[in-house]
Amino acid sequence: MNAGSLLGLVAQRIALGLVLLLAASALIFAGTQILPGDVAQSILGQSATPQALANLRAELGLDQPALTRYFSWLAGALQGDLGNALSNGQDIATSMSHRLGNTLFLAGTAAIIAVPLALILGLVSVRYQGRWPDKVISGVTLATVSVPEFMLGYIAMFLLAVQFQVFPSVSTIYDGMSLGEQLQAIALPALVMVLVVLGHMMRMTRAAILNVMQSAYIETAELKGLRRFTIISRHALPNAIAPIVNVVMLNLAYLVVGVVVVEVVFVYPGMGQYLVDHVSKRDVPVVQACGLVFAAVYIGMNMIADIVALLANPRLRHPK
Amino acid sequence: MTDLLEIRNLKIGATSYPPGEPPREVTLVHGLSLTLAKGRVMGLIGESGAGKSTIGLAAMAYGRGGAQITGGEVLLNGIDILQSGPAGLRALRGKRVTYVAQSAAAAFNPSRRLMHQVIETTLAAGVPLAEAEARAVALFRKLGLPNPETIGRRYPHQVSGGQLQRVMTAMALCPGPELVVFDEPTTALDVTTQIDVLAAIKEAIRDTGVAALYITHDLAVVAQVADEIMVLRNGRMVECGETSQIIHSPREAYTSDLVSVRQKDHPAKPPGTTALLSIRGVTARYPGVPVDVLKGITLDLAPGQTLAVVGESGSGKSTLARAITGLLPPSQGEIFFDGRALPPKLAGRSPDDLRELQMIYQMADTAMNPRQTVGTIIGRPLQFYFGLRGAEKRKRILELLEEIELGAGFADRYPAELSGGQKQRVCIARALAAKPRLILCDEVTSALDPLVADGILKLLLDLQREEGVAYLFITHDLATVRAIADQIAVMYRGKVVRSGPKAEVLAPPFDDYTDLLLSSAPEMRQGWLEEVIAHRKMAAGGN
Repeated sequence: MNAGSLLGLVAQRIALGLVLLLAASALIFAGTQILPGDVAQSILGQSATPQALANLRAELGLDQPALTRYFSWLAGALQGDLGNALSNGQDIATSMSHRLGNTLFLAGTAAIIAVPLALILGLVSVRYQGRWPDKVISGVTLATVSVPEFMLGYIAMFLLAVQFQVFPSVSTIYDGMSLGEQLQAIALPALVMVLVVLGHMMRMTRAAILNVMQSAYIETAELKGLRRFTIISRHALPNAIAPIVNVVMLNLAYLVVGVVVVEVVFVYPGMGQYLVDHVSKRDVPVVQACGLVFAAVYIGMNMIADIVALLANPRLRHPK
Repeated sequence: MTDLLEIRNLKIGATSYPPGEPPREVTLVHGLSLTLAKGRVMGLIGESGAGKSTIGLAAMAYGRGGAQITGGEVLLNGIDILQSGPAGLRALRGKRVTYVAQSAAAAFNPSRRLMHQVIETTLAAGVPLAEAEARAVALFRKLGLPNPETIGRRYPHQVSGGQLQRVMTAMALCPGPELVVFDEPTTALDVTTQIDVLAAIKEAIRDTGVAALYITHDLAVVAQVADEIMVLRNGRMVECGETSQIIHSPREAYTSDLVSVRQKDHPAKPPGTTALLSIRGVTARYPGVPVDVLKGITLDLAPGQTLAVVGESGSGKSTLARAITGLLPPSQGEIFFDGRALPPKLAGRSPDDLRELQMIYQMADTAMNPRQTVGTIIGRPLQFYFGLRGAEKRKRILELLEEIELGAGFADRYPAELSGGQKQRVCIARALAAKPRLILCDEVTSALDPLVADGILKLLLDLQREEGVAYLFITHDLATVRAIADQIAVMYRGKVVRSGPKAEVLAPPFDDYTDLLLSSAPEMRQGWLEEVIAHRKMAAGGN
């Protein structure tokens, strides 16, 4: 094994991610093609004349074969051109970049709170395994995972916006707000998203560390007379990184692509709201573009998880 | 002379969870007492289940896997450490009493550098970093590690098993403990590596003047390092005395058994004129690995005889068995069985080819389906090869159980209810059920205690006499070779370096590797280690 092999493995993962993304783009395109109805028809309505439909199809390039349209869509997407929305004619890339920025801001805020919190709670659970702190943490996180996120959203809204009026119930943000104001505005959706992903990450951290705690080198550490928390954080955690990173990345991806409902509940101008609006208008190009971005986020996060897991392996990082 | 460690009437218990039965309390150690003076080394010896490791860990007030100290006192310098409380124990473990585990490869944290792990407790005791590192480097040098200045920067996977065991010894000695518990520190090593590690450990113990409990199942090993030896069996002391007394004039019958068990020599049969198995120029490699694991192996085995294949780990012994069974088709060469060439791939072999060539493995545990009864396990080949069913099959199963000296009562038991030796006997019966002409035995006694292994070897010899079956017996252990072989092949790095009748292979003049291998096997006498080391230094100096 030489130093090149780690680079090689990382390059392999990146290449695999790109191939996967290409496959996802094909699936998204194919999926929107087999939807019943026709874009021209849905724009012009039921009363359109056949001639008007044909003209519009030619204008939109819909008379070309599907493969040709796929490749021209893909070529456009690679250059940052995702086409125009059918419903309002706006450039999708421009209107989406703003929405995507908002979604990433919300997801990032939730992640900055949720990831360290999940790790700490996981460590504490292991430290007090089977005792009351462990049981309380497990019980609470399990409960927040089990409640549907729109329900959590309305509960949070009822308690913190209506009863105590700490945070606004509608998370409108616009240019010109200060960071503090923006954070204040997104406090409730961020809180809900933290609660949604916390349980999964915390439980995986706990399980991964407990698994490592069975190893012989943990006994060595115990026989060295180290404190239990030192054993867990210094000897167990570094060897549990790979499974933890995997589940963290999965949850971060979920924060971006899976929070459609939360955004809608709080009327937050993010990707989710954008997608839901345009699905209801049968705006196929926007749906395709959103699908592609979501797929890219998902694949990208998992690729990062794979790469971190490779880097965390001392045998690969420090070859013989 | 003051006693450093005094154990009084120690009782250790645990909860056992037998399959299909309610949990019950078992006693692992029944009121054991011992005393160890400063700077002395006591060997704790016994078979598995004797309580050796349990007692060793009790000297650190530690119970492994649910073991609980239920009574007695463990006095270190007159103070009962069982009463110390968590903080007191933390101050004791890893500082005043340290531990060297059997498998250093598993006992080191794979994601931290060696130096960090070696000096961890020394730093915790308040020693400055530079001084702690200097101490560690001095110990690395004393233990004969290569590049003592820089080896600490390596990760565990970057050094060999023998080196890792020495680093672990350095880790135990670094905080300047009063007592070190060595728990089978050389058992997992090859015999040629073991001797160097053993010498390094002995020298380090002598130079630092530390007291030690040295746990092992190998009396010849412990005779080299211990001042006194305690023989244990089933959690009780059998006898305790000076090393010379234990190995020369044991008082108890059990101790004499342990002393004499390794010294059996089976008279070799005269070389056969026909060959049952002929291996001709076999070269093989694993898919995707561009290295030949077997390099032009040529060997013959006569019907009804035993060919022992001996060598250290990585020499290609087990790969040879895989090539013979067809699991790893050779890239070159041919294998003949009873005069006809065997198809190289398993899939190409006839049912009769498969039947006549059976295999027994090292780990009897994993070679049996835990959810099948012994009767089902043995009955399967009877049905598969001979189509036996019902009463006929049952009758044959009982016959086989008689042959392996277990008896009809075992037919309805599950593997989990059997001891290690009994499990291996069932595996032998399963192989015999096929009426094979050749059985490949891959380290079949290596995981067993010496006395149990002895019983298995005796059974195999009896079966050979009655059934005329031939064995290809793979082992790393020379005492086992002496006890069972007619012919011997010594393997080293994928080649046969020496082969022939037992008497010839084991008699001088030797090639370098065979000489190293033979001289590294511990002998049951004090001073053997020093002699060998001195001899080797002289030979090295002479070159």
